[in-house]
Amino acid sequence: MTEKIFQASDIEVTFKVGKGRNRSLVHALKGVSLDVNHGEIVGLVGESGSGKSTMARVIVGLQSYSAGSLTYAGSPVPEHRTLEDRRKIQMVFQDPYSSLDPRMTVRQTITELLKAHAIVTPQEYLPRCKELLSLVKLPESLLENRPYGMSGGQRQRVAIARALSLNPQFLIADEAVSALDVSVQASIINLLADLRETLNLSILFISHDLAIVRQLCDRVSVINQGEIVESSPTLALFDNPQNAYTQQLISAVPKLDAIVRNAN
Amino acid sequence: MNILEVEDLHVVARIGGRDYTAIDHISFSVAKGHARGLVGESGSGKSLTLRAIMGLLPSNVRVASGSIRFDGKELLNDKGVHLKNVLGSGISMVFQEPSVALNPVMKIGKQITDSLMEHENLNRKQGREIAIDLMNQVGIKNPEKRVDDYPFQLSGGMKQRVMIAAAIACRPELILCDEPTTALDVTIQAQIIELFKTLRSDLKVSLLYVTHDIGVVAQLCDAISVMYSGRIVEQADSIGKVFARPQHAYTKALLSAVPRIDGPIQRLKGMNSTSPSLTQRAESVAPGMITVEDGWEIAPTDDESLHKSWSEN
Repeated sequence: MTEKIFQASDIEVTFKVGKGRNRSLVHALKGVSLDVNHGEIVGLVGESGSGKSTMARVIVGLQSYSAGSLTYAGSPVPEHRTLEDRRKIQMVFQDPYSSLDPRMTVRQTITELLKAHAIVTPQEYLPRCKELLSLVKLPESLLENRPYGMSGGQRQRVAIARALSLNPQFLIADEAVSALDVSVQASIINLLADLRETLNLSILFISHDLAIVRQLCDRVSVINQGEIVESSPTLALFDNPQNAYTQQLISAVPKLDAIVRNAN
Repeated sequence: MNILEVEDLHVVARIGGRDYTAIDHISFSVAKGHARGLVGESGSGKSLTLRAIMGLLPSNVRVASGSIRFDGKELLNDKGVHLKNVLGSGISMVFQEPSVALNPVMKIGKQITDSLMEHENLNRKQGREIAIDLMNQVGIKNPEKRVDDYPFQLSGGMKQRVMIAAAIACRPELILCDEPTTALDVTIQAQIIELFKTLRSDLKVSLLYVTHDIGVVAQLCDAISVMYSGRIVEQADSIGKVFARPQHAYTKALLSAVPRIDGPIQRLKGMNSTSPSLTQRAESVAPGMITVEDGWEIAPTDDESLHKSWSEN
């Protein structure tokens, strides 16, 4: 079934910057369109300042937009979202060191959301927490731990468990692996790929690293200065990049295999 | 000729009244004009190694034994205390987070020449000119205007260029780099790596480059040392050798954790945790570690035990 779970059309966002005479408008997103099918991982790639995080914030409803429309599972997303609307789209943030509350245990972090949305009875809080931890492959013994003393990879797993606690169909991962060591990064990428399989989750994976995107995504959109410059299936994009900016991004990634070949 | 020689370096950390081994008798060298990559997981001791060389160890950490020689001169006295005056201006360091390492309330021009003014007798005007010249060298556009900027006015990549300008201000022979591109975008990272390459050929400077990303080492370095759990588990003077025929399970795992931009897409090999903590290491004498041939040294025996001990995923 290749029905669209999410669609964004011609999203425009402007920011006011500066004061008095220096006041000006920054056009952060200039008519960005994006769609994600059921069970698909779509990559959104660009440099710092390209507008990719702004797009993520628009999609989850943290950022208002001046023009354009959002559609979730066929019906338009209203400007003021209900609790139920918000539940469907969840987000994993970049830095697991600052996105988790240092004073809350893992159990509290997850239970807070379950309480706020009241989708399960209080008796089910604990079993649900345990279920979520096993989903992200963390030991149950971590339930009463606080983020302090946990590794970056473990923290990011907790953040993913929190995002999954409300059974979303659509997950946004905003640079979710950029702050992690390469080997830990690999395990989180594998986890996201597995979750897509087990939960039929759709993911918008935002990153500046094309090598990771190539590994994980089915389709890729490249964003530069608030505009999508190229959008195609992953393999096609890498085999035959059309846009000069895309080519530049691809050439920036270190190539290991070439060195191995030379050594042989 | 080696610019830096580290021999049998043993560093201990005092935690709760007990000494724990943080760096376990490591030896390596950096040849003049060459670059060595020091690769490993968070907590493997790679940054601590740099700090030991610079004499910047935290107060509860000390060198227990071993020797560090820069340009043939010993940097440690009999008690393992760092003799900073021997160092002079020959070694400088570039840190990971430029936004943290730079002083937010000091103009960048002044920060670049701060250490130089300390060593040489220069007036403010000369200092400013030198700063502009250095900024030019590291590829900052409009240096005449930028020299009076504060760090918050610059992007991450530009801040890292400022750090590098400050590091080369005293004409060092060796630059220690502590993950200088980890906080940066891939495109900016590529630019900074290019900059280091240019500095190597223009200034004949040697590099000791610490990173967790083996892909960066592939681009920049000639030699490589792989650290795990406070030990060097594999090293070679040519990176190609290690990349084509990695000997140790950990190096192999590290290589297969890097997503590739070319070639077939395979499932990555990820590790769940960082190196075991110092106290854990002392309790269980590093499970599954053995001595392998060629003198290089102790490593997890095989794939299986490597994954078992660090709950692979």
